[in-house]
Amino acid sequence: MDFRLAPEEEVFRDEVRRFLDENLPPESERDAMFALRWHRLIREKRWVGFGWPGEVGGGGGSIMEQAILKEEMAIRRAPPLGGCIMGLAWVGPAIIQYGSEEQKRRFIPDILDGAYQWCTGYSEPNVGSDLAALQCRGERRGDHYVVNGQKIWTSLAQWARWMILLVRTEPETERKHDGITCLLVEMDSPGIQVKGIPNMMKQPLFAEVFFDDVRVPVENRLGEEGQGWQITIGALANERSGISEITGLLRELDLLKDLARESTWNGRRALEDARVRRRIAEFETRIAAMRFNGLRYLTRQLRGEPVGSETSVNKLHTAHLEKYMAEFALELEGNHAAIAPGSPAAIARGRWQKEALGWCTAVIGGGTPNIQKNIIAERILGLPHD
Amino acid sequence: MNFGFTEEQELLRAEVRKFLDANAPMQEVRRILERPNGYAPELWREMARLGWLGLVVPENLGGAGLGWMDLTVLLEECGRTLFPSPLLASTLSALALRENGTAAQRERWLPGIADGSHLLVPALVEAQDSLETAGVETRAEREGASLVLRGEKCFVPDATAASHFLVSVRTGDALGDLALVVIESGAAGLGVEEIPCIDPTKRFGRLRLDGVRIPEDQVLGESDRPAGEAVARLLDHGAAAVTAEAIGAAEGAHALIVEYAKQRVQFGSLIGRYQGVKHPLAEMYVDIESFKSLLYYATWCLDESPAEAPLYVSMAKAWANDAFTRIGIDVVELHGALGYTWDHDAHLYLKRSKWVKSTFGGSDHHYDRVASRGGI
Repeated sequence: MDFRLAPEEEVFRDEVRRFLDENLPPESERDAMFALRWHRLIREKRWVGFGWPGEVGGGGGSIMEQAILKEEMAIRRAPPLGGCIMGLAWVGPAIIQYGSEEQKRRFIPDILDGAYQWCTGYSEPNVGSDLAALQCRGERRGDHYVVNGQKIWTSLAQWARWMILLVRTEPETERKHDGITCLLVEMDSPGIQVKGIPNMMKQPLFAEVFFDDVRVPVENRLGEEGQGWQITIGALANERSGISEITGLLRELDLLKDLARESTWNGRRALEDARVRRRIAEFETRIAAMRFNGLRYLTRQLRGEPVGSETSVNKLHTAHLEKYMAEFALELEGNHAAIAPGSPAAIARGRWQKEALGWCTAVIGGGTPNIQKNIIAERILGLPHD
Repeated sequence: MNFGFTEEQELLRAEVRKFLDANAPMQEVRRILERPNGYAPELWREMARLGWLGLVVPENLGGAGLGWMDLTVLLEECGRTLFPSPLLASTLSALALRENGTAAQRERWLPGIADGSHLLVPALVEAQDSLETAGVETRAEREGASLVLRGEKCFVPDATAASHFLVSVRTGDALGDLALVVIESGAAGLGVEEIPCIDPTKRFGRLRLDGVRIPEDQVLGESDRPAGEAVARLLDHGAAAVTAEAIGAAEGAHALIVEYAKQRVQFGSLIGRYQGVKHPLAEMYVDIESFKSLLYYATWCLDESPAEAPLYVSMAKAWANDAFTRIGIDVVELHGALGYTWDHDAHLYLKRSKWVKSTFGGSDHHYDRVASRGGI
């Protein structure tokens, strides 16, 4: 074991640090337009899509360099790497791996530029965790697929220009996974209707999407017919240590410590209370465990070994921390915790109330904790499927 | 960046596992723990020959000259089948001698530890059960060229098997005025008594020091240098070593119930299919993976970045305590009535978990240290 960086990795880290010193002002000095200017700057450095191959416009960064870049950016609280969230996270990698040359030329530069948003049409009214049972139909008619059905919980659907969509093209397959095809669909196609769903904060950040005889040209199919499931599961060897997420959690923990420093607990400073200290120490320990789990998985990736289901371990830790750090903050706030978020009367404008109601995106999106446990039990421990 | 074991370490793991599979499967473990002092001298001699007793002893003194990562591998594997032996205690003494002994002291005791002719065990904790420096009350008074020791040590591992004890004593009134001294088990004024341990694969006892007289050259290091730091580091070593064994033991317990869940049929289905069973098994995996990661980083620190070590040792030990406690309980419960029988191995792991959580610091102790060192 050796946790030191190799000399060439240190050179890269120093380059990143120097760039951040010269170009990234502190958060308080960033204006409304800063994120846009920042995106242009790091796009020029080829740090957007940094892990993607150079021939599609990516940075060709090694797995270790990706981890270094993410960590340094997160420590300095730089805006996220690129504006097209889902495009960079999974649409782009899927197109690079399975797309035609024409599709790569057409979509990848726009994803890197953050030209517009993508949304993801996976979940359906009756299909959530059991995604492979999806029913939205795609019927081949000549040089088109005709799509009929409904998707739900589609984040950003109201603003997205394109959707990556899973449809069933073959209803009668032995394995339900085999009849699924992946289509790239323009959101202003005739027959698509989007209806926002307010979340518990009353923000319509996700939506229902209805398809009524929507025609999708065959050239917009990603991969082969029936390959949709494989495309959804497989992705390029992106860095999977979760390093930037961990830096974010450490920042939350710092804020929690600040709150404990300023709060009183049974008539004295909260930080002098053993229970408070131990709870915070537990959070700190869990985040450290995530960090070292991530580094172990990173090492496996560097050795060319596959890393898949293991990432469920850190997803479960994230779910725990997202829920219980905010919950503990509310405990520290006492009666103030009941003030509505956003009110000037609330502590820190109610940021912890917002957290305590807002963890759902991280915890439910991408598989609930119960699904993560199924993945570990079935794929790692080899227990029988449900 | 490389958070993995080397090829040599993987070989060591395979070798230890092969040795234990051949010589100490669970049936044999049950026989060994009934023997005097609860270990098998013939296997102990074999382990000396294989170089494991002197794993951390320098090569020029008859050892393998290896470090904490290698030791972690060895202890993990010994923990997996709850192999009963004084290895953990003996190795802690070897580490303390290696780090704090004078050249003459290292030559005097380390070769014997490596070849198995000496069994040195640490005696650090006293009846009031404190791991703080202030908790050392056994006194050492200077009388001419010797020291006279009075006091009591508790929870001394493998006390009745030991040939020597490595004892922390107080030499002055300042907090760090401690010394580590070596006492022979036959010394006049020394009483050794076994205390029955909840974990039958572990032995410990009590020492009464009633005017035990030792020459100055049995005080570790230069005698005028207080050993407060050395004792603190030895306690960290202890916590790390117990956690390393706990990794193996927790994995051993986990493997028992995972296998059972793949065989046992109820309500017409393998019980491993039910989420009421499969989810706890997944949670155990998450816990084990996590304290494993914490410990591996901590043990790397012990060799390469000592200033960071106490924080990460405490994180690992705290998590291991709580996680292995849950695992011990759940493994018994998920086996149903079978788990409550003497003949099934689940109870041996449950009992080991009780030993782990109380040895070298409970979770509160370690989380308190994490809090202080984490700047709150």
